[in-house]
Amino acid sequence: MKAFSHLVRRDLALAWKEGGTIGVALGFYLLVVTLLPLAIGPDLNLLARIAPGILWLALLLAALLSLGRMFEGDMEDGSLEVLATGPLPLEAIAGAKSLAHWLTTGVPLTVLAPLLGLLLNLELEAYGILVATMLAGTPAISFLGAVGAALTLKARRGGLLMGLLMLPLFVPTLIFGISAIGAAGDAAAGPSFLILAAISLGALVLGPVAAAAALRFQLQ
Amino acid sequence: MKLVAERLACTRGGRTLFTELSFVVEPGTALLLIGPNGAGKTTLIRTIAGFLTPASGTVALDGSDAERGLGEQCHYVGHLNAVKASLTVAENADFWEHYLGGGDANRERALAAFGLAPLRDIPAGYLSAGQKRRLGLVRLLLSERPVWLLDEPTASLDSASQEMLIGAVNAHMGSGGLVVAATHAPLPFAKARELHLGGAPPT
Repeated sequence: MKAFSHLVRRDLALAWKEGGTIGVALGFYLLVVTLLPLAIGPDLNLLARIAPGILWLALLLAALLSLGRMFEGDMEDGSLEVLATGPLPLEAIAGAKSLAHWLTTGVPLTVLAPLLGLLLNLELEAYGILVATMLAGTPAISFLGAVGAALTLKARRGGLLMGLLMLPLFVPTLIFGISAIGAAGDAAAGPSFLILAAISLGALVLGPVAAAAALRFQLQ
Repeated sequence: MKLVAERLACTRGGRTLFTELSFVVEPGTALLLIGPNGAGKTTLIRTIAGFLTPASGTVALDGSDAERGLGEQCHYVGHLNAVKASLTVAENADFWEHYLGGGDANRERALAAFGLAPLRDIPAGYLSAGQKRRLGLVRLLLSERPVWLLDEPTASLDSASQEMLIGAVNAHMGSGGLVVAATHAPLPFAKARELHLGGAPPT
């Protein structure tokens, strides 16, 4: 357990010191959402209607940008091999790195989302549930994304391949995240939110196991 | 405690590197793997570390804690140094010490043993290749593990640094440790046996 927290803390320190991945993800998110009203025109009603979908979709793409780096650095400098000879099983290593990815990508993007909601004229009552769905839904992106990151670790231009592999798996998160916001205030929001949380909990368990299997193969 | 390999066979990419390889590494001794490029030295070391599964045969550490796998009782120093460029020398050592489970007292001693104490606050990205290699080797002293697996440990080390490595290895063997090292350069370890891979030994 101590090794687990040290690994998470090292990844947070690296993300802080290297800074690039968080900045790129936040900048990408900001740009996509800012460009959208310019592209479709200043129709406030239309913007308000599509705002939840845009906020979620752009968040997904922004998070995807940084997923590829999850294991890459450790693979390139040989750290992954040494980590594998440590006290943690590969499942726990994949879990720790997914958790660090969520803390450095999912959480900052979630914090930025309500600010970007202003640009899209998001309805006032939707802000609370927007943040709630993103907090509940983004762990699925990091923990399922670890599988794609591990699978494409040695592939050239693996980022594009990973997008193709992983985006279909994020469809349930996207659907239930948006439907929970769309139903904000009425009774239909509850079940959608619960399913969203269930997907994340499932990813929390299954993602590291599948990622560890892929890593074991990559270490050969 | 001794490392026993029995009738080991390994294949890489469909090519058989060695078969029927058996050896025993007694406590306090080193096994030097010698052979031309592609003879399977790295493959053998990675098999012992548990990254590769042998095509047949077994390798095990007799008389060790059965709850910990073989890989967990090995220090693996491969071609790459597992050094993070944006962390300082001390932070790199600190992480591996805590991750691999060493005591706090080890770090300063280990950095000093490889002559890195004066560089402790410098980001590892600014180190030279030889200094990075030494930082990779520092791991060996950060936590105590019975088996050291060294793959070309002297790569990019100057002669003074090689002396530091040889001193550390001899001290490890002196306290009953085991060493398996792949090498092209002669490594004058105190008690070393040679294992020639890939054809007959040179005469």
